[in-house]
Amino acid sequence: MMEGDEYCKYVSRTAPKTGELKTLLSAFCVGGFICMIGQGFTDLYAYLLPETEESMIGALTSMTMIFIGAAFTGFGIYDKIGSVAGAGSIIPITGFANSIASPAMEFRKEGIIFGLMAKMFVIAGPVIVTGVVSSVIVGAIYRIIAVV
Amino acid sequence: MRKGKHTYVPEEGIYIIKTISIVGPNEGRGRFSSYYDAVLQDYDWDCKTHEKTEIKMHKYAIEQVIEESALGRSDIDCIVGGDLLNQLVASTFAAREFEIPCLGVYSACASFGEALAISSFLIGKGNMNNVVCCTGSHFGAVERQFRYPLELGTQPAPSSQYTVTAAGSALLSSTYKENVPIIEACTIGKIVDRHICDANNMGAAMAPAAADTIITHLRDMKRGEDYYDYIFTGDLGKYGRETLYYLCKKQGYDLAGCLNDCGALIYSDEQKDMQGGSGAGCLAAVFASYIYKEMCAGNMKKVLLVPTGALLSKGSSLQGESIPGIAHAVAVEMRC
Amino acid sequence: MEWWEYILKYGKVFLVGGAVCLIGQLLINKTKMTSARILVTFLLFGVVLEAVGVFGYIKEWGGAGITIPITGFGSSLAKGAIDGSKISLFHAVTFGLASVSAGLTAAIVFGFLVALIFKSKPKKL
Repeated sequence: MMEGDEYCKYVSRTAPKTGELKTLLSAFCVGGFICMIGQGFTDLYAYLLPETEESMIGALTSMTMIFIGAAFTGFGIYDKIGSVAGAGSIIPITGFANSIASPAMEFRKEGIIFGLMAKMFVIAGPVIVTGVVSSVIVGAIYRIIAVV
Repeated sequence: MRKGKHTYVPEEGIYIIKTISIVGPNEGRGRFSSYYDAVLQDYDWDCKTHEKTEIKMHKYAIEQVIEESALGRSDIDCIVGGDLLNQLVASTFAAREFEIPCLGVYSACASFGEALAISSFLIGKGNMNNVVCCTGSHFGAVERQFRYPLELGTQPAPSSQYTVTAAGSALLSSTYKENVPIIEACTIGKIVDRHICDANNMGAAMAPAAADTIITHLRDMKRGEDYYDYIFTGDLGKYGRETLYYLCKKQGYDLAGCLNDCGALIYSDEQKDMQGGSGAGCLAAVFASYIYKEMCAGNMKKVLLVPTGALLSKGSSLQGESIPGIAHAVAVEMRC
Repeated sequence: MEWWEYILKYGKVFLVGGAVCLIGQLLINKTKMTSARILVTFLLFGVVLEAVGVFGYIKEWGGAGITIPITGFGSSLAKGAIDGSKISLFHAVTFGLASVSAGLTAAIVFGFLVALIFKSKPKKL
């Protein structure tokens, strides 16, 4: 029988690989397309609410995209897109919504409190923690620089 | 009776007098669609959760196999059941309504082999007469326990497999029945770990265990590579089957003519299942349908079942453990 | 704006957004990263780009191509913290989360509602 190392090498050499070009192309196209939809909402809100500041337009766009991501997850479409697009549908903010809505749906069966609410952040939790911690670090560094 | 190192040959005849298979919609459209006893139209089967559906599937398989064998519930001495869920909640919860003694077994996807082997040890020598073996898995219930929520948009890795929704049961009896296969020998497998850590490539993790068990079995029984008409592994998948063939060939056993994998076969070629099916119900349902019926019809005489299991939990892979594999071999024969 | 300016603008958005996702897919293919790791990596990517002051330039050129990906979420966090740092240390550490409150609220509320209404189901093979 082959030793562990040798077998691991054999497996990594022969295991089926991801179709490089196809996955890259579909990630590029789907990701780009989702961003274009986002730009569309930004332009729409800027047209409808001409007096509004830019940051609020951005926030409204994010909220709209999150709504779309969550709704697509509910109707069972988002995981079909994801199985083709990979990173193309994970990285846009719609993917963030998907990562919150899908465990919430899945664990709804264990009840609203210990299922839905507790498990909602199993995937998105690390994202929020990283975001808050890194923003505190950035803020603190900028403050120190400003004071000094 | 012990033979060789790890192989046991029952001294009395152990007859597989009846089998029942029940599968989900995707498997129902698969290669063996005409062989199954029941095919679910949807994944819920009027249950609120997929765990409850799996319990119902186990219950159906146990109930039907007893009913169709024309035995009464009081004739059954034991139910030996297994599944993939934590604390074996599917098979043991299904058994709570039968008032029959129950043993729960776990060898991941090799549980059906463990159930058959243990049952054949229990039967005979004045111990038990009739034992029901039943294992199964449900895609929805397994996915949330081992992987991700169903609706999360992730890309399946090309080396991954799709957990089958299926349950299979077999009624083993010491009472002679005409024209049914018997359990001829069992080899209990060792746990083999070749340090594969990729949970998306279970075929590679399990193939060394399957190779070890098959070769141990053939050596113990002093049989050649061409003794069996078919060797059915559990759920190695297409890639795992190739790897097993390669490993056996390195040991001097060329199994090209007889090696088949239930996981690689369970779906049809048109279904996008990557490497094929996996799960505790995979070999159980294929054996209880296709293999058993073909054997009774006389199209297969000597078959070696080698269900394979990858022993991992979500926590063990996050803690950096590799994936040990296990495989048990059960030889099933038609005596004429 | 002329019609061709719109095409140019949306083409840039498509290019930048596609490129971000392409890098993500490369990471998935090469390192078998899971979706949570990908999201964390790109969020940090956005925070760093904003902190060193490059994000604004990319946004000027690519618009939603860089703000719709999770990098935009990271950038808002960092931008909030930087704006807050001009006032006091308290504002520096709390303004980050405040600046993404809209997106986070939407994600939690819509996720909650969707989970109340819909049930997850396995897909047809």
